Amino acid sequence: MTVSELKEKARQIRLETIEMVAKATSGHPGGSLSATDLLVALYYSKMRLFDDPHDERRDRFVLSKGHANPPLYAILADKGYVDKDELNYLRRLHHPFQGHPESNKCPGIDCSTGSLGQGISVATGMALGFKLKKADNQVYAMVGDGELDEGLCWEAFMAAANYKLDNLTVIVDRNMLQLDGNTEDVMAHGDLKAKFEAFGFATDVINGHDFEEILPALDKKAEGKPHCIIAMTVKGKGVSYMENNVEWHGSVPKGEQLETALKELGGK
Amino acid sequence: MADVVKKATRHGYSEGLVELAAKHEDIICLDADLGHATGSLVFREAYPDRYIETGIAEQDLIGMAAGLARTGFVPFANSFAVFTAGRAFEIIRNAVCYSNVNVKIVGSHSGITPAGDGGTHQCIEDIAAMRSLPNMTVLSPCDFNQAKLMAEVMYEHQGPCYMRTSREPMPIFTSLEDKIELGKAQVLRDGKDVCIVATGVMTCLAKEAAEQLAAEGIDAALLNIHTIKPLDMDSIKAYTKKCGGRVLVCEEANMYGGLGEAVAYGLVNEDGISFDHVAVMDRFGQSGLSGELLEEYGITAANIKEHAEKLVKR
Ligand SMILES: Cc1ncc(C[n+]2csc(CCOP(=O)(O)OP(=O)(O)O)c2C)c(N)n1
Ligand SMILES: [Mg+2]
Repeated sequence: MTVSELKEKARQIRLETIEMVAKATSGHPGGSLSATDLLVALYYSKMRLFDDPHDERRDRFVLSKGHANPPLYAILADKGYVDKDELNYLRRLHHPFQGHPESNKCPGIDCSTGSLGQGISVATGMALGFKLKKADNQVYAMVGDGELDEGLCWEAFMAAANYKLDNLTVIVDRNMLQLDGNTEDVMAHGDLKAKFEAFGFATDVINGHDFEEILPALDKKAEGKPHCIIAMTVKGKGVSYMENNVEWHGSVPKGEQLETALKELGGK
Repeated sequence: MADVVKKATRHGYSEGLVELAAKHEDIICLDADLGHATGSLVFREAYPDRYIETGIAEQDLIGMAAGLARTGFVPFANSFAVFTAGRAFEIIRNAVCYSNVNVKIVGSHSGITPAGDGGTHQCIEDIAAMRSLPNMTVLSPCDFNQAKLMAEVMYEHQGPCYMRTSREPMPIFTSLEDKIELGKAQVLRDGKDVCIVATGVMTCLAKEAAEQLAAEGIDAALLNIHTIKPLDMDSIKAYTKKCGGRVLVCEEANMYGGLGEAVAYGLVNEDGISFDHVAVMDRFGQSGLSGELLEEYGITAANIKEHAEKLVKR
């Protein structure tokens, strides 16, 4: 896809994200919108994927910040892995689009997540598994910046460097907000790039909403080192009143707010 | 139907803690980036200097609480049940219980009623996990008022405590004037046909069921278990005997290791017991609406009534 096609795809996915969350009357719009461009770049440009979501040759993606699932679900439906009608049943009983991704219920989900910090650990294990099998699958994992508070993340990062997992790409959705406030107020991260480098990662800092920066960053590989992309993003990106506003981490737009959101995303 | 005021136990507890903190300067409230959801943000507003944010790091939440307790504070550590009792289990075991340090741990969003979030967040194992720990006291209030009183009960008790609270707004039916005695069952209803033993949200549903049973001529006793450990087996035995040995335990938790097994264990040497259990039958939760989920998992007031009727007919 060209950059302008990717942009259009991202707009459509954002629109569906807001529609899904509004219908479910619960969910996490803020971190979903910050992650959307990165997800679109992965699924429509970078990842090795097949018509069959279970094809063993596929690259793997782990949404370690599992609460940001609506855009991922919209993508899986767009890819035809799940019936498009399911977009109407986010968080509903007996439906595949659970409140947090569930690999047994939803084709295309490579790892069940929702408990922060665990996805990145499992992704590290996957990358190690492919190394042991001498398979060339790439593993991509996305973590939230707040999620990095979890010690388990850093245990996994240490292991990734120790085992020289250059088939692992960690993407940090650096939107500077978590649930109760700004990341630097809740638990200061300081110089994240220096931290990742100290942990043995080849690290790049990019604009996570600019495909011209996202695409080349995803192509990068450092021999013998895991790769970290710190993607500077805006929580709530694309809906003006949600942008950089922690209140929209887990709140759902209704009425006029919903209309504004849909209009800003080019809906009817 | 007149509008009944419904409130969640998570909010009763946080309100109680804020009031209690005015009296006791040694109280510290900790949360792991879930203050919006657990309710601890009201504490942060009232006492910003006594509120400690640990970030999304539940193991550190418990470890730091243990450290604060060792320097003379009375820490109340908050997160969802699945992340305190679950994620931090072994820290609770060693840094808190093994060391017998005075830490108060609260797990909100227990059971399957945190409906939208799904199975990863719906904690059905915390009762089993927490009661398995030596030195641990396990609490489970049935409504907003009782949860509010529990803040003080926890504070007055010396030693580790775990309390499970709920996200689900439920009717308030106990009084702030109630005397809560730690380790004592609360008799909500006397009866002679079946002894219903319930905890948390299920007590409210059991009360509804008992009222419906009464209309049908079945006289159920109802014991509310706000203290799961130590468990008041004396009262449970006495009321079960009075009810011809028929006992029905109700909990919003997995069938294994929880209140049901605790009651069964306490009754195993008694004669003529008929036991039944309304609980989650060993499967994980999932997304849905809370009412829908209670039905799907067979733990509604109607289910309690049905089980009670069967016990009486047995
Ligand atoms: C282990 C764990 N603790 C707490 C939570 C509750 N929780 C869900 S999202 C969130 C904040 C996440 O912030 P961040 O990682 O920055 O995500 P984003 O800003 O991208 O939404 C928290 C605390 C959780 N899901 N898992
Ligand atoms: Mg964030």
